[in-house]
Amino acid sequence: MLKFKIDKLNELFDTISAETPLAMPLEKAGEADYGRYEKGAKPALGVLKTVKSPKDLFFPQSETLMKFKTEGKNLAVEAPDENVTPFVLFGVKACDYKAFEVLDRVFLADPVDTYYQSKRNAATIVTLACSKPEESCFCKVFGIDAAAPLGDVTTWMDETYLYWQANTNKGESLTEKVRALAEEGGEDAVAKQQKATREIIDKLPFSHLDLSYFKENGTKEIFDRPEWKELSEACLACGTCTFVCPTCQCFDIREFRSAKNEVIRYRCWDSCMYSDFTQMAGGNNRTTQMQRYRQRFMHKLVYYPENNGGLFSCVGCGRCVNKCPQKLNIVKVAKALGGKKHD
Amino acid sequence: MIKEALIPKIGVVTDIRRDTPDVKTFRVVGTDGKKLFEHLPGQCAMVSVPGVGESMFSITSSPTNEEYMEFSIKKCGCVTEVIHSIDVGQQITVRGPYGRNFPVEEDFKGKDLLFIAGGIGLAPLRSVINYVRHYRNNYGKVVVVYGARSADDLVDIEEIRNEWMNEKNFEVYLTIDRPQEGWNGHVGFVPAYVKEIGLDPHMTAILCGPPIMIKFTLQGLLELGFTKTNVYTTLELRMKCGVGKCGRCNVGSKYVCKDGPVFRMDEIDELPDEY
Ligand SMILES: Cc1cc2nc3c(=O)[nH]c(=O)nc-3n(C[C@H](O)[C@H](O)[C@H](O)COP(=O)(O)OP(=O)(O)OC[C@H]3O[C@@H](n4cnc5c(N)ncnc54)[C@H](O)[C@@H]3O)c2cc1C
Ligand code: SF4
Ligand code: SF4
Ligand code: FES
Repeated sequence: MLKFKIDKLNELFDTISAETPLAMPLEKAGEADYGRYEKGAKPALGVLKTVKSPKDLFFPQSETLMKFKTEGKNLAVEAPDENVTPFVLFGVKACDYKAFEVLDRVFLADPVDTYYQSKRNAATIVTLACSKPEESCFCKVFGIDAAAPLGDVTTWMDETYLYWQANTNKGESLTEKVRALAEEGGEDAVAKQQKATREIIDKLPFSHLDLSYFKENGTKEIFDRPEWKELSEACLACGTCTFVCPTCQCFDIREFRSAKNEVIRYRCWDSCMYSDFTQMAGGNNRTTQMQRYRQRFMHKLVYYPENNGGLFSCVGCGRCVNKCPQKLNIVKVAKALGGKKHD
Repeated sequence: MIKEALIPKIGVVTDIRRDTPDVKTFRVVGTDGKKLFEHLPGQCAMVSVPGVGESMFSITSSPTNEEYMEFSIKKCGCVTEVIHSIDVGQQITVRGPYGRNFPVEEDFKGKDLLFIAGGIGLAPLRSVINYVRHYRNNYGKVVVVYGARSADDLVDIEEIRNEWMNEKNFEVYLTIDRPQEGWNGHVGFVPAYVKEIGLDPHMTAILCGPPIMIKFTLQGLLELGFTKTNVYTTLELRMKCGVGKCGRCNVGSKYVCKDGPVFRMDEIDELPDEY
């Protein structure tokens, strides 16, 4: 294990970013979000939750899919280059890292989404263990250990050092580039921090949320629960929960004429919470907000697991818990539905 | 360059036929003059004239047609309006084939087949019917019941009259919703007509049309003694990607774009009521 003095971190980031683009949580307008590190930028590694998740790096909020050149009745397609410059994604928390597995199972399933894949493959991911988890966190429910995240490199941070452990070949080669700035050691400090973190997590209010109801019951039983109506009544359909969620993957495909002879087709995040999401010429299969709200949570707790060997499409990051203006969230749903079977 | 499912092929429209006041059928080949890709009956493709967007359509031509593909498209919104406005020679984009096909080689082989269609719902069935006609000896008796609002709204009526009606062991029943001058065929809704015809409940039934027609026709078939494991239909939901990723077309855990659009009625019973 290696360790870097805290006051050397900017040197570490300058060294990495001198060679490859570096994305990490940065302080911007008083909030922390992932962004491109440049000399002088303000890292926000002490912040537990970035506003949005790092899914942006592989699945951007908006991304050009292709361009069309139009000339009279003729057409030509121009696809973007799939060679993405290798980059380092630093400071990913355990829950957000697990969310990449959830996204992989969608985007890398046959037929592979090469827009996502090319960025995913280009990344060397450095995770950062949590040391101060808070009330809205419930990653433990999904078997995630916030004190030991995976990734190409795992790091831990305390007041004096950033500890560094390479896990993969990609991680090793990144380590080689920064080794000169590091010292050896840190195992004891890391073990101590891990123990303390796990003790906090064990006491968090949602850490023992029981999801067995969703594992044991099928779609129909859960779908027909009368509680959905009351649960969803206050939903504003603002879509915040879906945009901040690290596992939400719905997108829209749109296009516009960018010049007389050019059309740009792009995709952008979309939300199943919006009323026009399923609007068709012949009608709409989800006409009420109750149906849309139900869709979001059924997808996370029932449909996705059904298609993915029981893996939930929630990683307990707690963003929707903190950000929903109406305090509606997946924990409320799990508590309201879990336990009792309806007849 | 990215090799990607979302990147379409370029096709050329070589023929446009006006079927009804709001349905046109477009014949499409690749820029090399050959068929764009192979498909199976019931599969769909995303079609677009870049500028407004893409839409999903059934490939209405039979896979046995080696020269071209056809799409019958009803004008009902932004994308379909643009498609309706093009002329022969226009290049369009096509990607596919998408979705699960009708089990023509598995479950349908050797069976007597009953096709029931309403309006533009004939489009996916036409692909199956012409496939069955091509391999006529592999299938038993064929009965087609097809209805539309008026005589002018029957899609592909020339092919039906000139070809299907002359096939052996092949019965075609047409109906329109309301009486009309010059029409001396049956008048009435499809579900009621189906019950009048006197059908053998051992046939395999394939339904396609507006949800309301499907609902009542299915009820009628069950009353006649058909079993759900012998009845097939297609579902239609909003689609964007066509490959199970954009999260738009699901009913329960099934994505209609890849697990459908073809479903057997007993499979539909397993889905939550949200289609
Ligand atoms: C598997 C499958 C197979 C299909 N096969 C065929 C086929 O063979 N032939 C065929 O003709 N069709 C077929 N369809 C249907 C076809 O895809 C639709 O008719 C087509 O996408 C309509 O596109 P549009 O852009 O013209 O309509 P849109 O412009 O998208 O919309 C049509 C209508 O929807 C409403 N609408 C759309 N967006 C909004 C909004 N934001 N807010 C409020 N209302 C809105 C409006 O009322 C509008 O008039 C198939 C569909 C599926 C899923
Ligand atoms: S659940 Fe909350 S965050 Fe999500 S759409 Fe409804 S009001 Fe907005
Ligand atoms: S559903 Fe809420 S808690 Fe779960 S991963 Fe998404 S934002 Fe985080
Ligand atoms: S159309 Fe995108 S998931 Fe089916």
